[in-house]
Parts: sequence; C-alpha cells; structure tokens
Amino acid sequence: MHIVVCVKQVPDTKIIKINPKTNTLDRRSAPAILNPYDAHAVQEAVSIREKNGGTISVLSMGPPQATAVIKKSIEIGADRGYLITDRAFAGADTLATSYALSKALEKINKEIPVDMVICGKHAIDGDTGQVGPGIARRMDIPPITNVIEVSEVNLKEKTVLIKRKLSSGYELIQAELPCLLTVEKEINQIEYSPMPNMIKAARYESVIWTVNDFENVDRSQLGLKGSPTIVGKMFTPPRPEGGKKIEGTADEQVKQLMDILMEKKEVLTLQSSKQ
Amino acid sequence: MNFDEYRGVWIFIEQNDGKVEGVSLELLGAGRKLADKLQVPLAGFLLGSEVKPLAKQVIAYGADEVYMVDHPVLKQYRTESYMQGVMLLVEKYKPEIILYGATPNGKDLASAVATDLVTGLTADTTMLDVDVDSRLLEASRPAFGGNIMATILCKKHRPQMATVRPKVMKALEPDSSKIGKIIEESIDLKEENMRTKVLQIVNDVTKKANLADAHVIVCGGKGMGDVQNFQILYELADSIGATVGGTRDVVEAGWLPHELQIGQTGETVTPKIYFAIALSGAIQHVVGMKNSDLIIAINKDPNAPIFDVATYGIIGDALEIVPKLIEQFKQLRNEKGGEMSYARKI
Repeated sequence: MHIVVCVKQVPDTKIIKINPKTNTLDRRSAPAILNPYDAHAVQEAVSIREKNGGTISVLSMGPPQATAVIKKSIEIGADRGYLITDRAFAGADTLATSYALSKALEKINKEIPVDMVICGKHAIDGDTGQVGPGIARRMDIPPITNVIEVSEVNLKEKTVLIKRKLSSGYELIQAELPCLLTVEKEINQIEYSPMPNMIKAARYESVIWTVNDFENVDRSQLGLKGSPTIVGKMFTPPRPEGGKKIEGTADEQVKQLMDILMEKKEVLTLQSSKQ
Repeated sequence: MNFDEYRGVWIFIEQNDGKVEGVSLELLGAGRKLADKLQVPLAGFLLGSEVKPLAKQVIAYGADEVYMVDHPVLKQYRTESYMQGVMLLVEKYKPEIILYGATPNGKDLASAVATDLVTGLTADTTMLDVDVDSRLLEASRPAFGGNIMATILCKKHRPQMATVRPKVMKALEPDSSKIGKIIEESIDLKEENMRTKVLQIVNDVTKKANLADAHVIVCGGKGMGDVQNFQILYELADSIGATVGGTRDVVEAGWLPHELQIGQTGETVTPKIYFAIALSGAIQHVVGMKNSDLIIAINKDPNAPIFDVATYGIIGDALEIVPKLIEQFKQLRNEKGGEMSYARKI
C-alpha cells in the first residue's frame, strides 16, 4: 500500500508577530515548524502501514528550506519525501496550491501507484482546509474531510472504513481506494521517534522537483497567476469602546461584580432547594 | 468569462434529517443585505431527499427564490453527489456570489465545488460586504491566527464564494407571509456509481455540545500561568453551573482538549454570561465569543484588547480575584441555605 502524506512548513503562529506599520507578517519573528495537523497525518499513515504494510511518501511545496518538514516527517516514520520548489509556485492560493500538488502526485503515482492521500485538516497559518478536497477533485478520488478514525483498511476489496467528525457527532463512511483523507488532531497521539528514524532523517536527502519536472503543466494555473483570490487589504478592526471598568481593591472589585450579577435576574435565576 | 451573465446572491441551505442548520438561516440574513445592495434576488439552494417542505422556511427567512434538487441518493451528505447537484444549478443559473456555512459539510462541499468551477473561495469569513460599483464580494477573516483581519477578493472569476463562520451573522425574524419562487431541477444520480457510502450517523452529545449550549461559560487563557492554576476555573464554574472553555494557547499547551477551544478554529459561543479570565483577547478568540450577552473580563494588563469587548472589566490578578469570587458564590449559597445554580438553557 502506498500512502502519500501532504505536509506544509508553517510559521509557528503562537509566536508570530505582525508588523503594525505594514500589516504584514514578520516571518523572521517565528520559527518554521511542521504544521501540527500534518504531523498527525504522518502518524496516521505510520499506523496504517503497521497494520497493512506498504510505503509512506511525503510531499511538500515550499522554499528549499522546507525539506526540514520532510526530515521531520521521516523522523515520525515516513519512508521517502518529495519537495516541489519553484518561483512559479510562489503566491499560490488554495486553488493554485492544489493544482501544483496534484501535478506532483500525478508524477509520484507513475513511480508507485498511490492508494491513499492524507492531509492535515488545515494549516495553522492559513486555517482554510481547502487544499485537501481540491487535490482530491483534481485526482478524481473521493475526499473525506475531518477524519477522526481510520477503522479498517481492506486491501483485497480496496475499501476503507472511516469515522468522520460532524457538527454534532460523527458518521461512519465506507470509501473506495484510492481516496483522500484530511485528519483532525484527535485521530492519534504523536509517538516518540525511535532512534533509527532520527538517524535516517538526519541523513535523508529529499527528492526535489521544479516546475520543469512536471509533464503537461499549465503554468497559468500556478502561483499568483493561477490564484483567483487576492488579499484586498489587511486591517486591524476598529477597537470598540469597551464597557465599564470596575475599580478598587480586589475585595471591592469582587463585591461590585457580585452586585452587578445579582441584578441580572433574567440571566441568573437563583434556584434554592430550601423549603 | 462574461461577468454580466452572473447575477444573484445564493446561500447553501444545509439540512440534516430534514432540519435546516442554523448557520444557513444566519446566512440568509447576511445575504439579504448583500442582495439588496446589489439589487439582485437572494436565493437559497437546497439539496436532499424529500426536502421540498423546507422551501417555505427558506423563503420566510429572507430568500426570494429557492433552487432545489431532490433525489434519494442525496439523502445523506456526500461530497460526490452533492457537488454534482451544485454544479448543475450553478452552471445553469450563474449566481455571482455563493455563501456556505463553515461547517464540516459546508467547507467540504465549497472546497470541492471551487476546484471544479475554477473560482476563488475564502474560508471561515467573519465579515461580509459588497462594493456596489465593482460588484466585488469583500470577505474578511482573521489572518495569521492572530490580531489582524484580511479582506479577500476574487476579481477575475465567478461566482465569488466564501464559507462563513456559524453564529457570527444574524438571522432575520421569519416572515411566513413572504412569497417566493421555487425552482426545481432534476438530476440523474445512481447509487451504484457512488464511491462512498454513509453507513451510520452517530449524534454525540459531548462536552462540545455543552459548550455550544452553555448559558454561562468560564473561559481561561494562558495568563492563568500553569495547568494547576487553571483548575480553579473549574471550581468557579462549578459554583455557578458554568462550562469551562479555553483559548487556542491553552489548548495548544495541552491544558484542555481541542473541543473546548473557543475562537476562530474552535467553537463559536453565545452564552448569557462569558467570563474571560487571564486571556488577552486576540482577534481569533474574540470572533468566537463577542456575541455573548454579558462579558466579564479579568486581566492584569489594562491594555488587553479583551477589555474593548467586555461589558465589565476588572483590572487585576485572576489568581487573586477568582478565589474571592468563588468564596462569594459559596457564601451566597450558604446564606440561601440550599443548592444554588444559575439558569441554564432548558
């Protein structure tokens, strides 16, 4: 079984800073990491391989230094990695990104036929979750988003049984292989990497492709040119005035707050059980 | 592409088991404003099996037209069958704007449809407007997981599409006397051609549902210091019958599970009372709670943006204030001499 996991290098949004003058991202301010959801995607591929055998490839698009997230994926347990990197890909929105990745997947599929693609639910820098389903449409395979469990893979029947999270609960889906999954964090726990993986990762050289390595590529669908959405403006919303400040010592503040809350009878209904 | 062929604002009406999702009604409210500005009809489009009775409700909540595809294969949501229905409608009637609720199914459908239509899709928007002259949809959302909004435009492709966060827009008061047009299209779908099957749907009433329905929420931030200190928020919550939630930072630190995260990538909540404790109020958090009725913020930093949206602000150390607050509630309970709890949604 050949699983391809799509991974992205992202700035750590917990630490990121915005330049208040230009409203742009100060990329130097944040370390680049493997998108946390993608780490769970790689981990899930490792679990599936443990039960069913096979090979895990990871695929990323980004600048040359994005090979770091491929190494990280190999630490978790992936077997091989591909990075597509080219100025032609720069400035891509979700539509152009899914096009570039699907061209790479087409090429990988010729090397070893792909049975399953796994992506993280979304990347923490864009928070869109649109690239996974986009890839699935371009490959003409079913997308199954918000996956919380891969219950069973049946290689003989070429089917997979999946739990997909819904707004209130989950659904059990049977899908034909190949298919594409996007996974939630709760699907698994990232395990500690065994030493051989660490050594392999440190020495691993990713396969690197540029746009020239693709066949029948329509350059007008790549990068900024191939992106229908553009950022019109960035802004900090006007700050609302805010409410009443409760001043004084801690004891006075608490007392004032209690008085306010006790007045809100329509909200706070006191239910005394005392007869 | 001739843009003049594309007219009208369309809302995806998401239904489960014949019940319309709240976000679809909210989007009819938001879409009404956009359609009026552009002077075009507002339409809801509805897919499913035996969903015709829902058209009336869609019209009552603001739609002028309802486009419908009704077929047994559409009984349960599946990307492959639903997107065929949407493609059929959109290619025939060419709306200029399509909005979907940012639910698991709405996001899934919109992403697939955008790829096949080759058009732009903005994810998880929280503000919507149109520029009347250019007829451009201005879809804004918090960006970089943080304190800034980005307005996304789609200038060269139609339709313009966006998914919109639930509970951010306001539904209109339904008007059952409102009259609208119902347009039905037939579709040729065969179950044996489907590559996915929904075997079972399990409705799970978990903590997540509690958070969405809670009347009182105590939400803590990273300012609580550590996971031990965070526990006093449970004590506060217990004393007033509240549900505990947390910010993205708190969830990423592992103090709380993800289903208790409030904000852009977590839950959107609208309780009667929201205690925002030791959290700064990053935009990605505020979009998930600002529609709460009464917001009480406690924070050491007088400049914390949470005070801008708070109804009442206490500048002070949560670790000092919260225990005193718990003490007060306990005392109140003792004075009244019985179990005391505050009203929850019944």
